[in-house]
Amino acid sequence: MTACIDREMAVQSLADGELDSMNALELEAHLQDCPGCAATLARLRAVRAKLVNAEPRYRAPEALRARIEAMIGPEAEGEPARPARTLPWFGGGAIGALAASMALLFAAPQLTSTALQDQLIAGHIRSLQASHLVDVATSDRHVVKPWFNGRVDFAPPVAELAPQGFPLVGGRLDYLDGRPVAALVYRRRLHSINLFVRPAPALASPVAATTHRDGYSLTRWVAGGLEYWAVSDIDSGDLQAFRTAFRKASGT
Amino acid sequence: MNGFRPRLVFSRPAPTPVAPDQAERFRLLVLPHLDAAYSYARYLARDPAAAEDIVQDAFLRAFRAFASCRGNEKAWLLTIVRNCFLDWTRANRRAPPDIEAETVDGEHPETILQRRQDAEAVRATVEALPEPFREALVLRELEELPYKDIAALTGAPIGTVMSRLARARAMLATMLLAREDEGSAA
Repeated sequence: MTACIDREMAVQSLADGELDSMNALELEAHLQDCPGCAATLARLRAVRAKLVNAEPRYRAPEALRARIEAMIGPEAEGEPARPARTLPWFGGGAIGALAASMALLFAAPQLTSTALQDQLIAGHIRSLQASHLVDVATSDRHVVKPWFNGRVDFAPPVAELAPQGFPLVGGRLDYLDGRPVAALVYRRRLHSINLFVRPAPALASPVAATTHRDGYSLTRWVAGGLEYWAVSDIDSGDLQAFRTAFRKASGT
Repeated sequence: MNGFRPRLVFSRPAPTPVAPDQAERFRLLVLPHLDAAYSYARYLARDPAAAEDIVQDAFLRAFRAFASCRGNEKAWLLTIVRNCFLDWTRANRRAPPDIEAETVDGEHPETILQRRQDAEAVRATVEALPEPFREALVLRELEELPYKDIAALTGAPIGTVMSRLARARAMLATMLLAREDEGSAA
């Protein structure tokens, strides 16, 4: 049996609690006399009961919850992977800055940072093509570090990694998102590694991650309020070794 | 020479940091809807990994745009989830969700039901509903949003929301109650 054609929507609205009281009264009176409409209402309720009793809502996975909680505030637990809590800027005071500088670039790079990655790779390629690899060519970090004074408004740490197989070539000023950033250049055998350093943007994730794009490897991490992106055509294992070596040597 | 020309950078405003109390309000008002966001994304995308990406992206956007939220946080958040889902379909070169019609294809939902009469089967049945009926049903029956919120969220008039709901329920009734005669008796 089916509902009266002109009352079908009203019956549904009644079941959904969306009918105003006057129309609800009128319809309820009608339901007493109309088996078709009454059957339709019963059927709607049966479907709902069946549906709701099965509890078909999905619950967010714990890992997702942890990532989102980490983004919102530093007191959240369950941050995956990196020992972020040991970073100096994770200590007590800088809560506000922290809240602003956490994000989720690592797990959804295809959603959040493809444009940035394109810029990074473009910057890397440009530096190789245009004989503009370095503005200051020296393997002495005590020369490279001060060179950035007055050129960028932060102090990028510079590490010497020759013993680890990544000799320092020099430094250069580059641009990301329209802002000047420090680019440190290292070498791995015949390959160049560009390490871009900039103040961590608002909502930057503290989590390190490595990705691939167009044959290049990219690895990023955040430490001391700065965001680091290393770009190279060496394989991602070597690039992660570079990241590890740099973080260890620079204390980041 | 190279084609590298630094752009003028000084006119760009610095990113506004999210104040701690804003973060706390976000935690209080928006975070409780995480399950709703995930469930909705999951039924839209019908893919667990994609749903995670979509929700993560949505929370990132929501967090940044929290100042623009004027009450009704759940509907606001679900709107952002929906936009992220649409971006995801575009990014994945999927056919965009057909607003008008989509035929039920593949395995017949009744066959799915015959396999197992449990939550998974009901989920599979809901997922087998074509769009836009699935979305309307999920927002109404699972998320319990009022018609007007569903209308605002999906950009459809209330009358359209109601007829979509009716269609969705008619299909569900056929699938869920097909072999339960007592279910439809009046």
